[in-house]
Amino acid sequence: MKRKNLPTSRRALLGAALSGGGGFLLSAFLPGLPLLKASQAQDTATGVVFMPNAFIRITPLGAVTLIMRYAEMGQGIYTGISMLLAEELGVKLDQVSVEAAPADPAYVDSVAGEEETGGSSSTRDSWIPLREAGAAARMMLVAAAAQIWGVAESACQARDGRVFHPGSERSLSYGELAEAATHQPVPAKVSLKPASDFTLIGTSPRRLDTKAKTNGSAQFGIDAQIPGMKIGRIMACPVKGGHLTGYNRAAALAVPGVVDVVTLPDAIAVIGEHMWAAMKGMEAAFPQWDYGPNATTSTDDIIARMKKASEQSGVVAVKNGNAQEALKQAHERIDAVYELPFLAHAPLEPINTTLHIRPDGADVWVGTQVPGRARQEVADATGLRPENIAVHNHLIGGGFGRRLDSNSIGQAARFAKQVSYPVKLIWTREEDMTQDQFRPYYYDRISAGLTKDGAISGWHHRTTGSSVTARWYPEGMQKGLDPDAVEGAAQTPYGMPDQLVEFVRDEPDAVTTLWWRGVGPTHNVFVVESMIDELAHQSGQDPLALRKKLAAHQPRALKVLNEVEKQSGWGKALPPGHGMGIALHYSFQTWSATVLEVAVEKNGSIRLVQVHSAVDCGPIVFPDGIVAQIQGGLIFGLTMALYNEITLKDGRVEQTNFHNYRMMRLNEAPDIQVHLVPDPEAEIGGIGEVGTVAAAPALANALFAATGKRLRRIPFAKQLGGEKA
Amino acid sequence: MRFDLKVNNVLREVDVPPDMPVLWVLRDILGLTGTKYGCGVAQCGACTVHLDGQPVRACLLTVAAAAGHDILTIEAIEHTETGAKVQQAWLDEEVIQCGYCQSGQIMAATALLQQIPQPTDADIDEAMAGNICRCGTYVRIRKAIHKAASHEA
Repeated sequence: MKRKNLPTSRRALLGAALSGGGGFLLSAFLPGLPLLKASQAQDTATGVVFMPNAFIRITPLGAVTLIMRYAEMGQGIYTGISMLLAEELGVKLDQVSVEAAPADPAYVDSVAGEEETGGSSSTRDSWIPLREAGAAARMMLVAAAAQIWGVAESACQARDGRVFHPGSERSLSYGELAEAATHQPVPAKVSLKPASDFTLIGTSPRRLDTKAKTNGSAQFGIDAQIPGMKIGRIMACPVKGGHLTGYNRAAALAVPGVVDVVTLPDAIAVIGEHMWAAMKGMEAAFPQWDYGPNATTSTDDIIARMKKASEQSGVVAVKNGNAQEALKQAHERIDAVYELPFLAHAPLEPINTTLHIRPDGADVWVGTQVPGRARQEVADATGLRPENIAVHNHLIGGGFGRRLDSNSIGQAARFAKQVSYPVKLIWTREEDMTQDQFRPYYYDRISAGLTKDGAISGWHHRTTGSSVTARWYPEGMQKGLDPDAVEGAAQTPYGMPDQLVEFVRDEPDAVTTLWWRGVGPTHNVFVVESMIDELAHQSGQDPLALRKKLAAHQPRALKVLNEVEKQSGWGKALPPGHGMGIALHYSFQTWSATVLEVAVEKNGSIRLVQVHSAVDCGPIVFPDGIVAQIQGGLIFGLTMALYNEITLKDGRVEQTNFHNYRMMRLNEAPDIQVHLVPDPEAEIGGIGEVGTVAAAPALANALFAATGKRLRRIPFAKQLGGEKA
Repeated sequence: MRFDLKVNNVLREVDVPPDMPVLWVLRDILGLTGTKYGCGVAQCGACTVHLDGQPVRACLLTVAAAAGHDILTIEAIEHTETGAKVQQAWLDEEVIQCGYCQSGQIMAATALLQQIPQPTDADIDEAMAGNICRCGTYVRIRKAIHKAASHEA
């Protein structure tokens, strides 16, 4: 999902103060919601606030607030970004508060090209510019102190929220310097600390967001409580493209606590004093639907159409040499079809939006990965101007791509504009599961050959499925090619002189599709890494050794392979029924190699024994955060690979809650060891999706090693008979 | 109907339908939003509270059934010796990612340690399998429970 490679504009970032100028009076400033207060935070006071750029605010009493352009949804980004800013600003992490950024172009992520948290881009896009933002602020504070003391700036030092002049043993706090710093020019040039001087970057401090998450005080979107607020339950037509034909208004309004019933052409909301009234009211309303043109569609119909579409050539993503000819010449060849299901995101916090829409403006309290889109959705729904709509972003109870879409916020706004009071609109779990925008189903045809001495002789990969890019970011399409649909297929770690990769777009009418953790690579790396494994077994080669041979030109690939080989004890004797599988990939500018050991019982039940993952994401900001993301990302991907698929019958999604869209649980989770093998000189890589990408292929390859069965279709568990969905 | 609920050692009178789940009473009537809605059908454990010291799913516990009993929520768990240790272990092991399930996880783990101060891995499996963590923090939850248990000694 890397859509734009805009050069990061340092000037734009350094100059991007919200109201222009270096500082302004607090009385003229509307504070956001400080989500997480520093343990040492001073209260704010009237006076001149130092705001050198859009990311830093320092009050006269020394309260340092860092403004987060990324949403915190568990990935630890509030901590990682704060480390980048604080490292150069010269403050300790326990001296800062963090605050969610408002919707404002000052907070555009240049990899994404918009205000967005996604695509594992946050740290990559912030690594240099946010350190520069911190350094520029520090230089202005130092310049202010030097001017006050009449000494050279070079004779001053900044650390722990103070500027020191060792020569005269004087010091001033950042708060004391705030007003004077506003009179300093924004530096035209900043130089960053060498890595050897880092005191924060590369360490694992306590996360900034976790204390509040141990005592119930953390505020997720669903926790918004606005004076006078009512609470509503939404139900949309269970079949995409259908519409509401009737409901029992009197019965709904007769339920104690119900205050309103409001409708859209394709959805209904019952609003009450509390969620229980809204839920009971919806039962009483008993909405009736015309299911529309998709009323009889099943997943089988969608797959059959996709299968047919896949028989035709697609848009060419990569063409090197002559794949067809090389396949004809191959000593061994394999022709296979791989299939990946529709997937729900199923974050534990269901979709919810709280809005207060007034004639002159609106407030929106929501957790979103795209605050700018959220604001535009509300503008489109209400006719209000975007500048009169305030989006108060919140902690997100799991994103995984779901909150990259803002349609649910637009839907909520179309309901909320029909009432005068603030209203919190919640999707039940059943609504969240069945009305999700799903990860596309993919139907992949792949043919690969090997020469006599084990090199690849021809590689033809044709993927067929929905294009998320075409709907969500049409500017990202490249003459009919969706770069996401082939990410991880077009570029592989391996030497492939004769390679053809194609994309056939086939849109299912009954389903809307969306990004899902790991995006293109989660799809394609499963196919590629399974196929490499098939080639290894077919030709009697060790799967890890074959990868080393094929990736011999990639030193960082060899490094992670060697590390995981050593750590996992690859090749050691295993008990009967056990098997080890490996997956190698380069995604989001990060290399990783993962070995998974699995045990399969006689009845087909699968036990995950142990996982080792070696990771090289270039320079490291927050090591424990990386380990946590790999562990969690693997569990997320393994859950999907074992259990998950969304299916349709009569146009309706059949899975409704966690009893039939199964989650891995603690008793099933394997130990996961993560081995960091950084490359400080390389480009910095993303991490939030890397573990998820490795999960399915490592598991498929381990299951083959354990059972001799090649599983080319996700999910796996029911195919071995040990798990009834 | 009026009910007297004892929540976190404070008596609260609420006027709600008798079949209303305690989850929504806590969140929407009493403003205690630390207890989370995840599934509504006792599949995920995000709404776990203690009823007379036992972990229960607030999404299926009606207010009528809870009246007259002690309800303890995440907001007050720090006032129990075991709860405070569990919270600290959660921080020390950096268990938490998005955090949405963690109120329920901490309530379940506290109940486990109150009943079995030195749980085995099998005890942890049994006590915690009802609590889904979508971020996949299970490896660290297990470690943190063992850590909190070692402080119990």
